[in-house]
Amino acid sequence: MSKTPVLEFRGVTKRFGTLTANDNVSLTLHQGEVLALLGENGAGKTTLMNILFGHYQADEGEILVDGETLPPGSTQSAINAGIGMVHQHFTLADNLSVLENITLGTESLWSLRQDQAKAREKLAAMISDYGLVVDPDAQVSELSVGERQRVEILKALYRDARILILDEPTAVLTPQEAERLFATLKSITEKGLAIIFISHKLHEILAVSNRIAVLRRGAIVGTLETAVSKREQLAELMVGRMVTRPRLSAIEPGELVLEVRDLSTSGTGATELKQVDLTLHQHEIVGIAGVAGNGQGTLADILSGLRKDFSGTVQLNGQMLKAGNPRAIVASGVGRIPEDRHARGVVADMDIWENLISEDIRSDEVCRAGFIIDGTSARARAEKQIEKFDVRCKGPDAETKLLSGGNMQKLILARALSNTPSFILANQPVRGLDEGAIAYVQEQLLEARKRGAAILLVSEDLDELMALTDRMAVMSHGTLSSALPTGDRTIAEIGLMMAGHGDQGQSNMGISANGH
Amino acid sequence: MSEFIDILLTAGFWAATIRIVSPLIFGTLGELICERAGVLNLGIEGIMTVGAMSGWMWVYQGGDLWTGVLFAACVGAIFGLLHAVFTVHLCLSQHVTGIGITLFASSLSYFVYRMLLPDATTPPKIVPFKPIAVPWLSDLPIIGEALFTQSALTYLALAAVPMVWYVLFRTPVGLAVRMSGENPVAVEAQGINVLAVRTGAVMVGSAFMAVGGAFITMSWFDAFYFGMINGRGWICVALVIFASWQPGKALLGALLFAGLEAIQVRAQQSAGAFIPYQFFLALPYVMSILAMIVMARKTRYPQALLVPFRRGERV
Repeated sequence: MSKTPVLEFRGVTKRFGTLTANDNVSLTLHQGEVLALLGENGAGKTTLMNILFGHYQADEGEILVDGETLPPGSTQSAINAGIGMVHQHFTLADNLSVLENITLGTESLWSLRQDQAKAREKLAAMISDYGLVVDPDAQVSELSVGERQRVEILKALYRDARILILDEPTAVLTPQEAERLFATLKSITEKGLAIIFISHKLHEILAVSNRIAVLRRGAIVGTLETAVSKREQLAELMVGRMVTRPRLSAIEPGELVLEVRDLSTSGTGATELKQVDLTLHQHEIVGIAGVAGNGQGTLADILSGLRKDFSGTVQLNGQMLKAGNPRAIVASGVGRIPEDRHARGVVADMDIWENLISEDIRSDEVCRAGFIIDGTSARARAEKQIEKFDVRCKGPDAETKLLSGGNMQKLILARALSNTPSFILANQPVRGLDEGAIAYVQEQLLEARKRGAAILLVSEDLDELMALTDRMAVMSHGTLSSALPTGDRTIAEIGLMMAGHGDQGQSNMGISANGH
Repeated sequence: MSEFIDILLTAGFWAATIRIVSPLIFGTLGELICERAGVLNLGIEGIMTVGAMSGWMWVYQGGDLWTGVLFAACVGAIFGLLHAVFTVHLCLSQHVTGIGITLFASSLSYFVYRMLLPDATTPPKIVPFKPIAVPWLSDLPIIGEALFTQSALTYLALAAVPMVWYVLFRTPVGLAVRMSGENPVAVEAQGINVLAVRTGAVMVGSAFMAVGGAFITMSWFDAFYFGMINGRGWICVALVIFASWQPGKALLGALLFAGLEAIQVRAQQSAGAFIPYQFFLALPYVMSILAMIVMARKTRYPQALLVPFRRGERV
């Protein structure tokens, strides 16, 4: 590869205050190749791409496209240079059509009319060339996540991008949709485009890339040819040390803890539950797989007391769940790890000790006469929890928003697990955490299982579910499949079920009871 | 009941409706443009006041009518720029800034009026826009007088509705404006400057509002009074929601409100003896609230309305 690289980073450094997000990064990308950018959450992958795309300006270093310097801080010049970006969080307007989303910015703003016919023609040609099937006149809000991603890719290709950047593109896809994406990427590189593929999932990167650059704490720690790379070697490079995630040991399940019967919510959307049945026993972790937005959130809301408009029954240790009453639910022995730490897990502007007592403000331990908070004993208890759960912070009086993701999650664990709950609802407990924190959170869940807790683990990461659950169910369009012992279904089967193709464990021919 | 039907059949009622609707159309379209770009402009009441004062003052000081309208539009755009600096560039609360602009712009209007005309006891008058009778069409019964014997500014207001629709829904710049109100990050990702689009939209929208105010002093009446806008700006804000941010529906909503207003004036005269007149004054507002309850339940807000956009911020 002696040709001029289509893209070259030279010594790019970016700082946010005291944090160095990118440290002297140098990289090259050649025509027709897929370069994978591997790194943990917070390693600086997205920051680097945002610099390339002009969202941020680098403090040092430069970027060259076809040997020419790219003006920094200008999205327009990045687009003009042929760079197209598919953001992790889609940049689409839901209430506008696919065509409108794609053509925005491709015509002079001051022209008096849009040449829709020409735009349609060009789009139709691209849709058939690359197999990116999507209806140009559909509203984005009507599209599935996979289709939205296709719109994002089309948006970049429509502007004649020669370098395509995909930021964590598979995070929201089912395994089959991911396969389809990989096929698309292949046909794109065959047409001479170059791709940067950002991910922290090793198996994808090994499947899709030609070369791999590993980013750790903002710096490139290695660039390898995919053909000669090993999974373990990449994992160690990415994390900086050998990390082994905990695995399940065999324990016999105990008594019934949670019993959900015929649980439904009104409405017809994909997030509304349809006759959900579920049981959980002591010493058992049951996983719920599924693409986000298929009802997992609704189920979690009901179990944690945030929603009470449902039909069916939920029994916890033989008692009816106190629907819509979070305090009573927590008091009856439920530990909650919410999906979104920042939005629901903590009050970021309050102190750590305040967040730690927020679920049992009225307990005698921290409360005098039923309504006066005893700051001294609350802080003392917080100190103990901080130490036990290894929350790295300045102390109980530090502001919660200063914690890293992993430490914030440890704080939530400390709060949820301190009362030795009999049922733990863990909704995406490791999302966005680094390897060390992931291992810690998972160990804590296993510890709770050993002690006798029943744990419901909701996750979009099939590898995590495979490694950590005793039984597993799949949620799609508000319907929950039967929870079979983990390993009874293959990843491919689960993927099909996630896409709504029925529960093959329950009925033959992939046709489920509700008529798919 | 028959009295109401009589009212509806008079040309005078329809002519009054069209006259009342004109400033509402300008104001509603102006607010609609701002909100489509994602910026709520509660400065509308004050901007209409300052438009009413400056247009009128321009003519009173010897300027001609059309340059007066243009002057009012420019003054409106400047207040729009002020609103945009605070809300779009400095990302301050759009509610608080808007109320501030309203207080500032109306007070400034009264102040300038008093300063330039310290001795005026009765409000001085100008020669306003004259009704133009469209040949042939104005001879039609009822509609002739109502629709085709109006002032040039009314025709402009009616023409502005399809024009604004066309620009918003059929041109690239309109797409950029709508997209800024739906997802500014998407606009940024396509290499368009969101701040510039929003600033431009707020300025153009504010110019519309100011022309709406100018209509009142330069076409409807011929003088400037204190408190003359009398809540019309707020009505426009409500009409935008009523119209689900669609120019066509905005015209419909404005007509409905104006019709109710015209009816209440006439109903006061015919039924004023047994029902207190305040009841009729309140009627259009009560009806608008009811209409809003029916219409606004299924509206789709621009998703980025009230959401400031900060460039290059870590998300």
